[in-house]
Amino acid sequence: MPLDASFVGRTWPARTYRVGAEKVREFARAVGATDAVHTDVEAARVAGHADVVAPPTFPVVFTWEATREVVDDPALGLDFTRVVHRDQSFELHRPVVAGDVLTTVVTVAEIKELAGNDVVTFRCDVTDPDGVAVLVSTATLVGRAGADA
Amino acid sequence: MSVPAVSVGDELENRPVTLTRADLVRYAGASGDLNPIHWNERTATAVGLPGVIAHGMLTMALAAQFVADWAGDPAAVRSFSTRFTRPVVVPDDDAGATVILGATVKAVDDDGSVTLGVTAVGPDGKAVLGKAVAVVRGR
Repeated sequence: MPLDASFVGRTWPARTYRVGAEKVREFARAVGATDAVHTDVEAARVAGHADVVAPPTFPVVFTWEATREVVDDPALGLDFTRVVHRDQSFELHRPVVAGDVLTTVVTVAEIKELAGNDVVTFRCDVTDPDGVAVLVSTATLVGRAGADA
Repeated sequence: MSVPAVSVGDELENRPVTLTRADLVRYAGASGDLNPIHWNERTATAVGLPGVIAHGMLTMALAAQFVADWAGDPAAVRSFSTRFTRPVVVPDDDAGATVILGATVKAVDDDGSVTLGVTAVGPDGKAVLGKAVAVVRGR
């Protein structure tokens, strides 16, 4: 069943995430980011950063969690068990560092139907406590058509 | 640290990256994406996959790391976008699955920033990332 196009442009309540140094270190190890700025505060400061630097795709840790909450909103009508992640992008205005307190607002940017599949693009706008944009993350998910579609 | 001098059309040296089940489990924990299709054969095959597959986001992260390492600055990646075109099946053995990462210079801007078309080829020789584009900051 096609999703309700009136959801395009709708936003969900903001979620706040505090970036922890140990989470940054753990993520860096998991993606082979071996530069000392990811794990050593002193090395990060020498390189001009306030604290250990998150790898470029680290924001998925909190933007996906925020997006998942929307995906699971029964009102949207997307069946997560049939969802495939098709596209992902990050636009980083600056690197994310430990100590950042980041607020994510999820918006449904686009809803399409392709060959009976629901295609939904979610946009996450991430800002700092002063409201300054830190990054934009977009994810396009495909809800594969069920047998009864 | 500065981005190497390059011209449009230049190709970066490829980097092979090998993923084992242990790498997938570690990424699952680090990212919070605990979907069992990334570590449980039974679940993966039940939903029609050929086996346990790597997180698309892990492949993207490795490609972003490849770009950051080339740039010589861990904070140089300004944007990265990609499509997940096919799954990387990771067998339950010590050899794992190898993905070959590569990139071609698409644009060099006046401010020194470089746009790269990034490629990632799976063990079967087919692209696992599509339309992958990264922009790194110049100095």
